[in-house]
Amino acid sequence: MSRVAHHTAEELADLKHRAPLLRLDGVTKTFPGVKALDDVSFDVRHGEVHALLGENGAGKSTLMKVLAGVHRANSGTIHLNGEPVEVNSPLEAKARGIVLVHQELSLAPELSVAENIFLGSLPTKRFGLVSWKRLNAAATHILDRLGVKFESYDRVGDLSIANQQMVEIARALVFTPKVVVFDEPTASLTDAEKVVLFDVIAGLKKEGTGIVYISHRMDEIFTLSDRITVLRDGQTRGTLNTRDTDEDGVTRLMIGRSLDKSARKAAPEPGPVALEVKGLSCGDLFRDISFSLRRGEVVGMYGLVGAGRTEIAETIFGLRAKDGGEIRIDGAPVDISGPPDAIRHGVALAPESRKEQGLVLGMNCRDNMSLSQLDAVSRGGWLDRGAEQAIYDEYAGRLSLKAPSWRTPVRNLSGGNQQKVVLGKWLGVKPRVLIVDEPTRGIDVGSKSEIHALIRRLAAEGIAVLVISSEMPEVLAVSDRILALYHGRLAREFAAADVTEDALVQAISGL
Amino acid sequence: MADTLASLRRYMVIPPIWLFLLACVAFFSVLTDDFLAPGNFTNILIQTSTIGIIALGMTVVMINGNIDLSVGAVVALAASLSVGLQDQLGTLPAVVVGLGSGVALGLLNGMIVWKTGVDAFIVTLGAMIGVRGLVFIYTGEQSFFAMDFAYSDFGMSTIAGLPTLAAIFLVFAAIMHWVMTATVHGRNAYAVGGNREAAEHAGVRVGRHMVINFMLVGFCAALAGVTLSTQMGASTPNLGRDYELWTITAVVLGGTKLAGGAGSILGTLGGVLTIGVLRNGMNLMQVPAFYVLVVMGVILIAVLFIDARVNRRGAGELRL
Ligand SMILES: Nc1ncnc2c1ncn2[C@@H]1O[C@H](COP(=O)(O)OP(=O)(O)OP(=O)(O)O)[C@@H](O)[C@H]1O
Ligand SMILES: [Mg+2]
Repeated sequence: MSRVAHHTAEELADLKHRAPLLRLDGVTKTFPGVKALDDVSFDVRHGEVHALLGENGAGKSTLMKVLAGVHRANSGTIHLNGEPVEVNSPLEAKARGIVLVHQELSLAPELSVAENIFLGSLPTKRFGLVSWKRLNAAATHILDRLGVKFESYDRVGDLSIANQQMVEIARALVFTPKVVVFDEPTASLTDAEKVVLFDVIAGLKKEGTGIVYISHRMDEIFTLSDRITVLRDGQTRGTLNTRDTDEDGVTRLMIGRSLDKSARKAAPEPGPVALEVKGLSCGDLFRDISFSLRRGEVVGMYGLVGAGRTEIAETIFGLRAKDGGEIRIDGAPVDISGPPDAIRHGVALAPESRKEQGLVLGMNCRDNMSLSQLDAVSRGGWLDRGAEQAIYDEYAGRLSLKAPSWRTPVRNLSGGNQQKVVLGKWLGVKPRVLIVDEPTRGIDVGSKSEIHALIRRLAAEGIAVLVISSEMPEVLAVSDRILALYHGRLAREFAAADVTEDALVQAISGL
Repeated sequence: MADTLASLRRYMVIPPIWLFLLACVAFFSVLTDDFLAPGNFTNILIQTSTIGIIALGMTVVMINGNIDLSVGAVVALAASLSVGLQDQLGTLPAVVVGLGSGVALGLLNGMIVWKTGVDAFIVTLGAMIGVRGLVFIYTGEQSFFAMDFAYSDFGMSTIAGLPTLAAIFLVFAAIMHWVMTATVHGRNAYAVGGNREAAEHAGVRVGRHMVINFMLVGFCAALAGVTLSTQMGASTPNLGRDYELWTITAVVLGGTKLAGGAGSILGTLGGVLTIGVLRNGMNLMQVPAFYVLVVMGVILIAVLFIDARVNRRGAGELRL
């Protein structure tokens, strides 16, 4: 794949003075019962990173899907290089050089990495046969640029979520795109992969490509972007130059108030041990893991992707067979051979990947939430709709879920709101031990601090909580103690009071 | 108040196939004299009750994300057993054995699908071929005739003016509708069909529910075999051929998705009646039988095409 030569500085400066590369005007989009976009205008200049911010459900993804031909707007126009264009399908968008890196992974798990990257434009030789040699060579070329640790012929279904995300990004680099939209690309990436992604973005910028960058992580927004547009309830709240504003200013535009960053109240003395894990091992995923969780305590589990965090959680929850070690709940050794056992013992796990493990996408919000506790909302096998509704109402409220109604299929919710349904589903169980794996992936800053507060509150109610996260600020914000994992081993344990960021980073990198 | 209204609306959602059914009824009422004749509607109900009863079980299995191709063979097996064993065992025990054979086969199908992980399509395809073979072995390629007249009278009897077979179908449909909308088991069928992994994570005992559903469809197929043989007063080893296809056609017309996770008994009822009305109506118009098949094939595809179109637009989903 050949790429255009870089523009010289003058050329770039010149381009910037011309009409914006891309302009959306007066875009309105309604879904049954929701006005997702209301007269939104937005533009992207040559070689700039334009960040799009807003709460969960504000309409960011919808706006970008209109641009990429996935949704058809009710009204509004799109100009590319000053020319009005119609984008009626994702294919057409691609042909015009508009590429969207989706928030939700949209890969074919049974196909290889290379096939996924070139899906729809596989290189062929005579008789329409796929040229595997050229395919793999081209894919390898792109993968090298991303510096990933998997091969072009690997099956996508076997990759971790982070690596799948990298494949999704690789897809955008196949053509020489004019505009690339990244919809929360870093939600499941590690720091190392993030650095690579930022390099790629810098490269695209140099070539004059316009970038739209959606994220809930302020630090990224402020390092990457040139301008910021804030959406709220489907309307534009304003466009600012990044250097003229700060986090607080943007947050206020986004959620209408400043974030309460007051220090956390000191936790009351934790109660007796609820969960104790001794010498837990599973193949070469993790070895000899021992720790305990007390009632009323939040313990953070921090480590790089691949350090075995999710696998440990899955083993405790009975989704994986352990090959050594012991699990005790309230002091008694238990044998958990599957999620039903775990739930019976009061252990809940809110899984990492909401689309695969967390939700039945075609099912409505209420039924999804009650799925983990059908025993509690039924009598003799008969569902008690009132009880189901009560659970839904309680947790939709506590999590400030934004859904048109309980009847909406979760598929139609915004990414962050889907995540809230997953959380509600497990919080409602009122477990003794709650394990949450990446609880705030894709959740906006306002709701994030609400969820952290909720986790603290649950602990205060006597639940033992294990929070798995790859975001250091999150681990620091919620935990009383922090377990640092390195390569399937427990590297160190810290008390939240005397941990430093440096020490944490060292512990998880094996130093 | 608004809430009861809303929940009422949810349970009264009319699957789109009912609109098509209404159109068919209107069409045949205008074009034929006999369609609206008093006896005709009960005729249709009797004619459709066999496929209908199987379709109820099939709906549940398909919502669950599986399929059962062996239903036609089970119809023959259950019919042959319940007619053929009448001399030795007496009528009622023979019927019980016939029904039991369907349940047992469902158990076997379900256990194999669960424990081996082989696709239900393959497992039940094997069962369809194998069971048909068993039927031929058991009957020695012979038809059996019911000597107990009470047996064949049952097929012709009525309850409060409604043919007994039609009544059985409708009552069973009501029960299954209730099971699918109001019980934990029904909810789990939707969840497993929609996303098996997520259901497992949520603590649903996926295998158990799957097996129960296979037993249910086995029972339905066997019951259909019994009712069909009471209608004919006999059983033949070839009974129920192609029934799996007609059943699946009815279920799919009713809006149940082959991939699982979505569908309803109400829709299946509409699908079953649509097939019945089309057959009956074209029969009254004296359309030759083979043309009827052509029309049915075309209608199946057309209805699903329209459904996909309408639904996609409505949901504002991906346009491909
Ligand atoms: N296919 C759809 N059908 C119906 N409603 C939809 C659909 N897609 C999005 N919506 C609704 O449109 C609104 C905007 O959703 P959108 O996905 O654009 O939010 P977002 O800003 O990307 O949020 P997040 O930060 O959570 O990803 C939400 O209220 C959502 O429920
Ligand atoms: Mg989004």
